[in-house]
Amino acid sequence: MKKTHIIMLVLIAAAITVLISYTGNLTTYETIASAKQKPGKFVNLIAKIDKSQPVNYNAVKDPNYLSFVAVDTLGNTVKVIYHNTKPTDMEKSERIVLKGKIVNNQFECKDILLKCPSKYKDDEKQVEKNVQASAN
Amino acid sequence: MHYNGEHLLQGQLGHFLAVLSLASSLVATISFYKANKANNPIEKSSWLKYARISFLIETVAVFSIFAILYYLVANHYHEYFFAWNHSSRSLQPKYLLACIWEDQSGSFLLWNMWHCVLGWIIIWKQKKWEAPLLTVINFAQFCLATMLLGVYIFNVKIGNEPFILWRNHMPDLPLFTNPDYLQLPRVFEGNDLNTLLQNYWMVIHPPILFLGFASTIIPFGFAYAGLVNKDHSWVKSSLPWAGFSAAVLGTGIMMGAAWAYESLSFGGYWAWDPVENASLVPWLTLIAGLHTNIIYKSTGYSLRSTYFFYIISFVLVLYSTFLTRSGILGDTSVHAFTIDDKNVVAFYSQLIGFVLVFFIPAMWLFFRNYKTIPSIQKEESSYSREFWMFIGSLVFFLSAIVIIFKTSTPVFNKVFKTNIAPPEDPELAYNQIQIFVAIIIGLLTAVTQYLRYKDTPKNVFSKKIILPTVISFLVSIAISVFGNIQYDKHGIVFLGAIHVAIFAAVYGVIANASYIWLVLKGKIKAAGASVAHVGFALCLIGILISSSKKTVLSWNTTGVAMFKQEKNENPAENITLFKGIATDMGKYMVTYAKDTFNAGERKRFYEIHFENKKTKETFNLYPDVIKNNKGVEGFAANPASKHYWNKDIFVYISSFQQNKKDDTAHFQNHELKVGDTIFYSSGFIVLKSVDVNPVAKKDKYAADESALFLNLDIVAKDGRRYIATPGIALKNNQVREMPDSVVSQSLVLKFNNVINGDAGKLEIGVKESSSITDLVTLKVYEFPMINVLWIGVVIMVIGFILSIIQRNRKSALTAV
Repeated sequence: MKKTHIIMLVLIAAAITVLISYTGNLTTYETIASAKQKPGKFVNLIAKIDKSQPVNYNAVKDPNYLSFVAVDTLGNTVKVIYHNTKPTDMEKSERIVLKGKIVNNQFECKDILLKCPSKYKDDEKQVEKNVQASAN
Repeated sequence: MHYNGEHLLQGQLGHFLAVLSLASSLVATISFYKANKANNPIEKSSWLKYARISFLIETVAVFSIFAILYYLVANHYHEYFFAWNHSSRSLQPKYLLACIWEDQSGSFLLWNMWHCVLGWIIIWKQKKWEAPLLTVINFAQFCLATMLLGVYIFNVKIGNEPFILWRNHMPDLPLFTNPDYLQLPRVFEGNDLNTLLQNYWMVIHPPILFLGFASTIIPFGFAYAGLVNKDHSWVKSSLPWAGFSAAVLGTGIMMGAAWAYESLSFGGYWAWDPVENASLVPWLTLIAGLHTNIIYKSTGYSLRSTYFFYIISFVLVLYSTFLTRSGILGDTSVHAFTIDDKNVVAFYSQLIGFVLVFFIPAMWLFFRNYKTIPSIQKEESSYSREFWMFIGSLVFFLSAIVIIFKTSTPVFNKVFKTNIAPPEDPELAYNQIQIFVAIIIGLLTAVTQYLRYKDTPKNVFSKKIILPTVISFLVSIAISVFGNIQYDKHGIVFLGAIHVAIFAAVYGVIANASYIWLVLKGKIKAAGASVAHVGFALCLIGILISSSKKTVLSWNTTGVAMFKQEKNENPAENITLFKGIATDMGKYMVTYAKDTFNAGERKRFYEIHFENKKTKETFNLYPDVIKNNKGVEGFAANPASKHYWNKDIFVYISSFQQNKKDDTAHFQNHELKVGDTIFYSSGFIVLKSVDVNPVAKKDKYAADESALFLNLDIVAKDGRRYIATPGIALKNNQVREMPDSVVSQSLVLKFNNVINGDAGKLEIGVKESSSITDLVTLKVYEFPMINVLWIGVVIMVIGFILSIIQRNRKSALTAV
């Protein structure tokens, strides 16, 4: 066998090992209910902000503390704690992806990803909203 | 109904041109294909004539589409959805171009235009390969043209037409019952360009990036030409093109990084975001192909892998188009396109089809001809340049595979109905692997140039390599020892790998630089490859140092302890600044001095004053915020940086609060004597002493008044201490109040009167106002050696340009 082939095989084996070990690091998307059954496990929640409850953020008291209640499509809710500033357009987000884990029945959030309704998007409902924002 | 003020002609013309470009690209594809197949020279030239005419028509059509689109946007013809949705009348004119590529169809159009430009350069310069190359380009043009078509076939909409009238696009909107809908204020104004894209990088980065994407079709086209014509002599002509493509794509990617660094508040230039990865991966495979191409040209090895790498690079560009435009990355990427739900299936299929229609035939051709592609059975020597170059290419390719595999997680979820999400620390997952790639590549770029093709006498090799090796060891040890790189967050192995990688990168710089002097005798014109390698290795150094030594300067140590009881707190990287109050931030005292609104740019600029506590150096930074648009509430922050030669101080506003409300709070009165404590909502106040006619405050009261000042010590919950000295001045039984305030605590304090002079009882009023605080929260980073990265990019591109010139000259000489 040629040297090139041996090195190729070694490198390919390394790449496969890397990819397999990567799958071990992967996390999962969960609903609030299923996340609550796995306290302490790092998960991704896809949810919305529960607008009936207050979003607590006060930069004067502590710029690194945000708490709010998230609700998912199944209607379950969880209190979310995020030790960072409030992402700017958070309240208007249609959907948020929360990365973190359940600790003491609260969701300790490490990262928030916003899905903004109209970023790059020509959604009809949003257009209607934008046009009407005008009227007032 | 008749609508007033609409301009319909331009749209009809545009739509006609879109159909024309589709038809002419199809005719051109067929004619170039026929011209390539034809053996008879007369037949060939007549097909070529047809082909060029159709390509000309197509080029004119494509550029006219762009011109009309720009005209619609620039003149604010908001009856066209495209113009309304991507621009506004108050937008600065310099961003009008960016409006075009904010849209999916607009950026496809950009791609189209570059194909046309490249096509004509090939017709001009590469006569021999014109027919097969243009076949491929025109076929790609045809595919792209379908994306701009917007016609219904069997009730399925094909493509998104940029010229569609708004009222046809969304016929159910109530506003179209009004014949004068164009005069409605929001319609008249326009929906604006996304604020994040209102940045000069966004005007130049997409055209460069798309030129990079578009140009990858040329190496692919050469591979196609070689396979269908069974003629492998293209390898010389392809080199400058592959070099060009790699240089432009690399520049485009790094411009994106610069944009992210300068105007997005991700806190960095690279985040392994799927959108970034998707454009990096074709670059990696293209570099692999470029190197195997050089190997083949010089030694006859590695032709098969060159074919494979060139094919896969273009296919990966198409795949990345699918990833970023289909909306499939929705949950994992912050800045991928998302699309209209109605058309999702059709658009999906169209994008997948675009990938497969190139991938499958190319792979079929490749494997069918695999045996006929020349290759050498004899093994390469371990002391040959080609052997190590090939290993390097392979490492690049495997690194690309690993990255694209990770990036494709959402695709696997879709296909296999799983719900896999990225790991807890996605950046680490990439970094801990790619650091080893960096080590191998750094070492290979350093050593390989010193090897000759075929075989190198061992003593010659070791004689030449020894000096750069020793110098690199010394330099990198100096960096490791004095550079204070202690990134042990992810364990000792990772830290060790960083140090090894720094050596490898330093070695890459020094070995290639000395190769220019020692071996090439300083002939810089011939040193394109070495210069590019120096640039690449500098990029590695810049990346390694700036990422491993990136430090947060804005640690909020005061607030955290008081308000959170949990043990392992997450990083609290934001610091609050109150207007006009200097706040301690580690090395610096920072003050939020003022803010101003710039109406032209629609941005609010904050003046943040920095004073270095040790050196007393002062400077101001002006990060800004811009109000989000398109129905999104809130603000987007643009960072600002102070550039030093060896580091950047990088700051952005993470949130802010402005005083708008009226002051409705009331004074609460408290009785107290010296030494007493009273509480307010976020701390307590101690009365330390009462001063009668204090000299220090002489300017506050007149000579014939007798004055009393209170010395109040205010301790906030976060541990900060403030002093307030409210006072009264008495004259003829008239009391004049001199209240004091603590802005950051929203406190107003007032000395009411003396209740009982003998017992020392006083009354003070405390008001907690909701409206006296202007504040911002900041995030401040220090990025050391970031300039090394940018300089590295520039040097790498210069290296590419040098080698393109050199290869062109060589091929011109051989032609003579």
